[in-house]
Amino acid sequence: MLDLSVRVGGLTLANPVMPGSGTFADTMAQVIDFNRLGALVTKTITPDVRHGNPQPRVTEVPGAMLSSIGIPSKGPEHYVDHTVPFFAAYRPPLVASISAGTAEAFGALAARISVPGVAAIEANISCPNLEANGRAFAMFPEDTEAVIRRIKASTPLPVWAKLTPNVGDITVIARAAEAGGADALVVANALLGLAIDVETFRHRLGNIMGGLTGPAVKPVILRMVYQCARAVGLPVIGCGGISDVNDAVEYMLAGATAVQVGTVSFIHPGRMIEIIDALPEFLRRHGLARAADLTGAAREAEVTDPLWAAVG
Amino acid sequence: MLQEVAASTRPLQAAATMGEVVFNRPVNDGYRHLALAVASSALAAQPGQFFQILCPGQGEGKHVLRRPMSVYRINRAGGRVEFLYKIRGAGTAGLARLEPGGTLDIFGPLGRGFRLEPSWRHIVLLARGVGLATLAPLAEAAVAQGTAVSAILSAARPELIMSADYLREVGAEVAIVTDSDGSSAPEHVEHRVRALIRAGGSAMLATCGSNRLLALVQRIAREFGIAAQVALEEHMACGIGMCYCCVRAFRKGDQVEVRRVCHDGPVFDALEVTSC
Repeated sequence: MLDLSVRVGGLTLANPVMPGSGTFADTMAQVIDFNRLGALVTKTITPDVRHGNPQPRVTEVPGAMLSSIGIPSKGPEHYVDHTVPFFAAYRPPLVASISAGTAEAFGALAARISVPGVAAIEANISCPNLEANGRAFAMFPEDTEAVIRRIKASTPLPVWAKLTPNVGDITVIARAAEAGGADALVVANALLGLAIDVETFRHRLGNIMGGLTGPAVKPVILRMVYQCARAVGLPVIGCGGISDVNDAVEYMLAGATAVQVGTVSFIHPGRMIEIIDALPEFLRRHGLARAADLTGAAREAEVTDPLWAAVG
Repeated sequence: MLQEVAASTRPLQAAATMGEVVFNRPVNDGYRHLALAVASSALAAQPGQFFQILCPGQGEGKHVLRRPMSVYRINRAGGRVEFLYKIRGAGTAGLARLEPGGTLDIFGPLGRGFRLEPSWRHIVLLARGVGLATLAPLAEAAVAQGTAVSAILSAARPELIMSADYLREVGAEVAIVTDSDGSSAPEHVEHRVRALIRAGGSAMLATCGSNRLLALVQRIAREFGIAAQVALEEHMACGIGMCYCCVRAFRKGDQVEVRRVCHDGPVFDALEVTSC
């Protein structure tokens, strides 16, 4: 009997596959059975009601999508009154993604949405810290540790820290999140990018800069998952350009305990389910009994040149 | 209680299915007409709804978002849905290379289509460019339920007018206006629309594809106190309301609301829209 379950950040998930925040919503229930997913991760909410960024919000670049949505949010009241009751009809744990402009506001928002039905909080600390000249919390270890500590003090729920890849050494941030008390890391948010139309000379996005997501970012984020998994004792949830079961497995081999599937769902809305369906066969083919056995199971490249040992 | 909440979303209706190309032929410079033999789930499409098309020809493994395309014709008896599209970029260029017998991955039908009340005696459609593709199935559905249709088709030149024959065939009264002979000028079109409404007792105006026509529709609908609908286009990623890429601002009384074109539309009350 194959065991797809994984333990991550205070929760046991029926399988390691869940949506990435911002690429999933109640409307997807038209297309897939939510009860098949490992967890349900909702779009980031903020303390205030926000409409987001101007159009255009999305453009395409080779192998990826560049978007700048701007975290439109209906606020915590709508989340507690509508979103939580909607997802209560489904079995997988509900993970609430939150963001705020100050550590204090992060804490207050975490407390407000720590209601029955919410199983964990994903702290989207890739957003600008208004107390630090707009730099993202997760770009600096001291800000990261302080904001995670504040959230942990405000809620009894497990807290997953979602890191930004737009840093020099992500392991420093990973350790800071661990020091602040994070129960798991989500690695990572979108890479900052830019695109300009050379015929019209116009920026392709209304907000000028956007987040790069999709297959093109996978090697970069995979490397970061590998680094973070070795740097901290926390479970790492891999998130970046996963398009199929092989990508999901690759993240787990690099050290991820679970994975988030995002942009591909915009193109193939049934893909998360297809990945979950393909996992048992993958495990069987490799003689593994548990999905958890994949985590960190990558081995070093095979040495094919025996003479290299002499010079290397 | 919880089940009521869950049931309040629309039932499972959209699916990714493979359509088989029946034909894919040029209509005029830049526009092509694609007919797909499809499964019954796709035939549930209503006028104004759209499909998310996975355009081929981008090379294996390349990541390309789907392209939203409003349905041009729903031929339930023939088991087909049809699209009218313009070659704009790599996605639609790949679509243009599809041969009969080839297959295409389509996801839908999606979105909210046109409201069509059985009590309406007469409606007026105003279309420019590819906006026609969106309004054509509305004409067919209206005539089928006994609502008379007048369509005003606008284009730069007469040879760019599309589907006049299709619209006449389904029973719509068709008028053609062009920039080249000056007949598409707003004051001229407005005069025609007023005459049509007075003569036909029109209950609704619908438009797609032109801000000038939208402004005209808004002005006349307010003046006559009749319904007005517009189908919008916007860059989309998911097509089912998750990504918030396609949001637009709408005016509802004194309030400004943000709505998703894919999920809350793409057909909206034209009086609540600020531009096409």
